[in-house]
Amino acid sequence: MPLVYCGACSHAPGITARAERADTQTRQALEGAFRRMGDEIRATKPDALVVIAAEHFANFFMNNMPAFAMGMADSYEGPIEDEAFLRIKHTTVPGNKALSKRLIEKVMQTVDVAYAEEWKFDHGISVPLHFLTPDYDLPIIPANINCQGPPLAPLARAWAFGEALRTAADSVPERIALIGTGGISHWPATPDSGKINADWDQEFLRRWSANDREALLSYTDAETYRDAGQGGFEIRTFIAAAAAAKGAKGTVQFCEPVPIFAVSCTIARMAVAA
Amino acid sequence: MSLYQVQKLIYELNRDPRARELFSAGRDAVLAEYQLTDEEKGALTKPDIGLLYVLGVNGQLLMHFAALHKIEWPDYLERMRQGLKDHGQVREGVYAATGYEGVEAHDARLKQEREKR
Repeated sequence: MPLVYCGACSHAPGITARAERADTQTRQALEGAFRRMGDEIRATKPDALVVIAAEHFANFFMNNMPAFAMGMADSYEGPIEDEAFLRIKHTTVPGNKALSKRLIEKVMQTVDVAYAEEWKFDHGISVPLHFLTPDYDLPIIPANINCQGPPLAPLARAWAFGEALRTAADSVPERIALIGTGGISHWPATPDSGKINADWDQEFLRRWSANDREALLSYTDAETYRDAGQGGFEIRTFIAAAAAAKGAKGTVQFCEPVPIFAVSCTIARMAVAA
Repeated sequence: MSLYQVQKLIYELNRDPRARELFSAGRDAVLAEYQLTDEEKGALTKPDIGLLYVLGVNGQLLMHFAALHKIEWPDYLERMRQGLKDHGQVREGVYAATGYEGVEAHDARLKQEREKR
């Protein structure tokens, strides 16, 4: 089946960990936008949701760091973060090993993706799922792009990974939904946590919504680091989602800088035909 | 000296409850498995979040290491700031401080901008 849903959203741990410290109205609007995104995903009747995240050392470390990886298990544990910190209960989330395997085999035709039969979720996946699928009743296929330990895959390869995921999703009989999760500009977990380059974020989202491949891939890592912080490297997940949309255009449904959450909190959707 | 080794131990402690049990039961034996300087060993065992930050530990490891030690978020940020005062700028990695007005001032500025709109 052709991909039934394609979108992108934030995954900042502060969204749950420091929820009450944000302006109430803004927080409620964000949570409402997250829930609507969940409703929209469910409305497309997906059999599985591919989550392209930028994980944070829950599974992969610099001893053996894959540029791209996908989960291949029937269930996943998470989040790894301390419950009292992230305020999301540890749980088991369903996967679909056989479907993962078929998708991975297709992706491998063009991108050398690593596979993982064990995968622990961290906030990169757990924060979005907390709002999107709070009952954890939709099988998840986790995918990861290394955005933490340089050297990082070039943006063009993140695009190729998104394209490969789309080809794979279209090739299976199941209805596949896909989201990318990440921050845009941010300086997370540093003394500058809360710093946001809102203009840079707006320009990035303009390029994303236009699905302008050339403009999306024109950022160098040095520029991103300077203008959008080390957190900005996570644009790779948004870029992969844009590629998976295969030319469809996007709409930004919510975007507000929330300093205590450390990012421009974003919910966006690509108009793939469901 | 050996940022990779420091980060590796933090990675193991953050994600594996058994590694934490081993560490609390026999700290020196675990530390001996890693190539660490005395400064790094001290920073890991105290834990000295400010020094670990300056040594270049990736924030995505350090943030959770601090949470594991029940260090609250504002305290975590403050300890990094103190680390910068005590030891100077971050020595390695991509988590250097770049300067920021702070969340409260930033919030106030955003509120003003919203009211203008």
